[in-house]
Amino acid sequence: MGLADFRLSHFLVPKHDVLAKSRREELLSSLGVDENKLPKIKITDPQVKLLDAKVGDIIKITRKDPTRENTYYRLVVK
Amino acid sequence: MVVDKVIDKIKFSLFSPEMVRKISAAKISVPDTYNEDGYPIDGGLVDQRLGVIDPGLRCKTCGGKIRSCSGHFGHIELVRPVIHPEFAKSIFVLLKATCQSCHRVLVSKKQIDDFKAALKDEEIAEQMLASIKKLSKCPYCEAKQQDIKLEKPTTFYRGDKMLLPTEVREVLAAIPNDDLKLLGVDPEYSRPEWMVLTVLLVPPVTVRPSITLETGERSEDDLTHKLVDIMRINQRLEANINAGAPQLIIEDLWELLQYHVTTYFNNETTGIPPARHRSGRPLKTLSQRLKGKEGRFRYNLSGKRVNFSARTVISPDPNISINEVGVPLQIAQELTVPVKVTQWNLEECKKMIMRTEYPLVNYIIRPDGKRKKATEKSREELSTTLEPGCIVERQLQDGDIVLFNRQPSLHRISIMCHNVRVLPGRSFRLNLAVCPPYNADFDGDEMNLHVPQTEEARVEADLLMKVQDQIISPRHGRAIIKGQEDHVSGAYFLTRKSAEFIKGEACKILSIAGIYELPKPDRGGKYSGRLLFSQLLPKDFNLSYVSKLCREKVCKKENCEDDGYVVIKNGRLLSGAIESKGFESELIEKIVRDYGSDAAREFIDNATRMSLYVISKQGFSVNLTNYTIPEEGRKQVEEIVENAKREVDSLVVQYKNKTLARLPGRTLRETLEERIMMTLSKARNNCEDIVENHLGPENTSILMARIGSRGSILNAIQMAAMLGQQAVRGKRISRGYKGRPLIHFRRGDLGAEAKGFVTSSFRDGLNPKEYFFHSMGGRESLVNTAIRTARSGYMQRRLINALQDLVVFSDTTVRDAGGAIVEFVYGGDGNDPKKITKGGEVMTGPERE
Repeated sequence: MGLADFRLSHFLVPKHDVLAKSRREELLSSLGVDENKLPKIKITDPQVKLLDAKVGDIIKITRKDPTRENTYYRLVVK
Repeated sequence: MVVDKVIDKIKFSLFSPEMVRKISAAKISVPDTYNEDGYPIDGGLVDQRLGVIDPGLRCKTCGGKIRSCSGHFGHIELVRPVIHPEFAKSIFVLLKATCQSCHRVLVSKKQIDDFKAALKDEEIAEQMLASIKKLSKCPYCEAKQQDIKLEKPTTFYRGDKMLLPTEVREVLAAIPNDDLKLLGVDPEYSRPEWMVLTVLLVPPVTVRPSITLETGERSEDDLTHKLVDIMRINQRLEANINAGAPQLIIEDLWELLQYHVTTYFNNETTGIPPARHRSGRPLKTLSQRLKGKEGRFRYNLSGKRVNFSARTVISPDPNISINEVGVPLQIAQELTVPVKVTQWNLEECKKMIMRTEYPLVNYIIRPDGKRKKATEKSREELSTTLEPGCIVERQLQDGDIVLFNRQPSLHRISIMCHNVRVLPGRSFRLNLAVCPPYNADFDGDEMNLHVPQTEEARVEADLLMKVQDQIISPRHGRAIIKGQEDHVSGAYFLTRKSAEFIKGEACKILSIAGIYELPKPDRGGKYSGRLLFSQLLPKDFNLSYVSKLCREKVCKKENCEDDGYVVIKNGRLLSGAIESKGFESELIEKIVRDYGSDAAREFIDNATRMSLYVISKQGFSVNLTNYTIPEEGRKQVEEIVENAKREVDSLVVQYKNKTLARLPGRTLRETLEERIMMTLSKARNNCEDIVENHLGPENTSILMARIGSRGSILNAIQMAAMLGQQAVRGKRISRGYKGRPLIHFRRGDLGAEAKGFVTSSFRDGLNPKEYFFHSMGGRESLVNTAIRTARSGYMQRRLINALQDLVVFSDTTVRDAGGAIVEFVYGGDGNDPKKITKGGEVMTGPERE
């Protein structure tokens, strides 16, 4: 199994996606913030590298928490 | 919030000597402060150009008076430069990083180019410093490099030769600007030679005010003392140089100047003795002013003193509500609440001012901000001149809203909002049910009281911090404000099957709880305790649970012989006795959740008062005979001890013969210890039945243990039967002499007694050996508590600092003070721990349907 596959399929690694540009405005206005107020994620993060995201992209993380499934958003920074 | 500008970076840099001279208002030339007339000497350390601290004088720089002039800096011209002690390390790095001949940085051109190509500007310096090897030769001028050493705090050596500060300064001055940039120093703002002081900045007198003692003598600030020292030596050094004194003497004085400058910055510098006051007390110099718990940051900036607060010893009062706090009259007369005078309450306020007894007015604040004290003489005038816009400060009264706090304030329920109840005496009174959140007892504890001064503050306190709203702890979602100990015992006596009361008693019990309607008697002419207790419950209250009293394997429900099955239907307690599980948690929690906090407060107030009445009426105590088991029982205990000892001995024999079967993952020795510990603890547990049978269910200790109001069966066993195995670090006691804990045993004795098994009970008393073992175990637990509090305290401090500005917003996001999102859904599930029942989760916020 290649490394890329492993990073995608491991059960401890939550699902990472790049948030579509069209959803961006919706998210930020629902939170009432600009993107700088979002939590950050490094561009060197293995998952970010895998998605080939750019600085300024927003990553959507879908994570299975103990009580339920949650979505988190992180801004890619260098 | 609109953010116009965001701080991008902060730059720290050095003062150049020119800059120091430029901002200096006065050159200090005299090592003295005041002349004989008590007037500041010109050119002295309290020169009037540095600002003024004496009333009446004017600052010679800005013309301001005592408060209006914040002071101006001065400077001292040092005859010989000295190393700035706080920069010694930076100087050391620079000396090592540069050539001793051409002063270029000791990294080859090629490597620098490599760095420049590969790294960003900010990262170069880090890499450069890391890559400076001990080059024996300069890559530019090929000069040989000698070893540079720093002898702390401020002495530098090159090879074996000591470098004078002048030489250090010259070397630093010769480092080219371009090379400094590579090392991460911005030469435009911070030339390295400025780290060697040639002029010393003198802080304004307002920073180091002198105090006048009662005797009229002036006592100067420690910093002034230190500056005087520096000036004196500086002058002596100058005189000696001018007189052409030998180099040796000059260097000695120079070193002394360095010492004074070093201690001026930091009097706790390692490697040199601290400068002392005449009394022997070490001086508090610049560093000491800022550092640590008593420093400027933690003491003055993070911690502020407050007015409108009081502190005294606390004592219990079961007759006041949990929402109330008893305030001594003396304190109530000192603390005030501001009342704004309007045209609508003008007459009322005038009357208040004219009062001659307790709720008086202490001060009146005029619309122009002038504060007038209301006295017997001034009352009349103040009352007639009172007008809307004034503020009247009236004394604390019953019903006023205050905050009550006990330190350490470890969680939010360490500060709660109470209503004032002015009472005679000198101590704060609080209801016993609010002891758990404050972790208070009455062995001399003191608590603090704060009076909110604005309407907004009072409303906020009342809405968010009221005691009755804190009954459920956010920590575990269970009741934390509750009746305890005797309250529980009382409730049990009231609600057990046999409890019944004649009419008179029933009336008394109910009226104590504030109930004035007598129900119909349910036991012939008498009233069962359960009926009386039921009057406290809401009329449609339903609850059933298996209580702690249940001892049966198969539940017999309502027919339980131990009163172990509690059933409440339509507010009537039908079966079961109330014990700790019910009184401290089930009942209170259900009432809070289903009927709200007002009902819960009423229940706690009344039920605890009723319980206390019942238990004090019948009496509840212990004495020595309660713990004496008859001869028959003693024999049984002895037998258990003998059997256990025999079993231990046989285990030891098996161990010695190596016939003991090893437990998985254990050595033979570990197996032995484990088996012995098991045997001995079993022996102690076997005493449970004996103790319980012989002391009987009505024995107060056994009773309290069973209903869960205080203590456990183990406590009773230890008092009546035997203490059992004493342990240090979770093991049998083994430390002391070689092969034995005490000299009264044989070396290598592995038996029960030789390793801390105590067969005596507290009632019988311990023999000296047992007493010693017991002390060893006791010491350990004492040390553990001491260490635990210290460690958890520091952990708590760090947590508080990390989390202090986080707020849960109405959309369940958690954000910090800057508005940055920390968490999208609080706790990952948006649940308020206060509202989670044992049944499951409760949603809060918009997700709650």
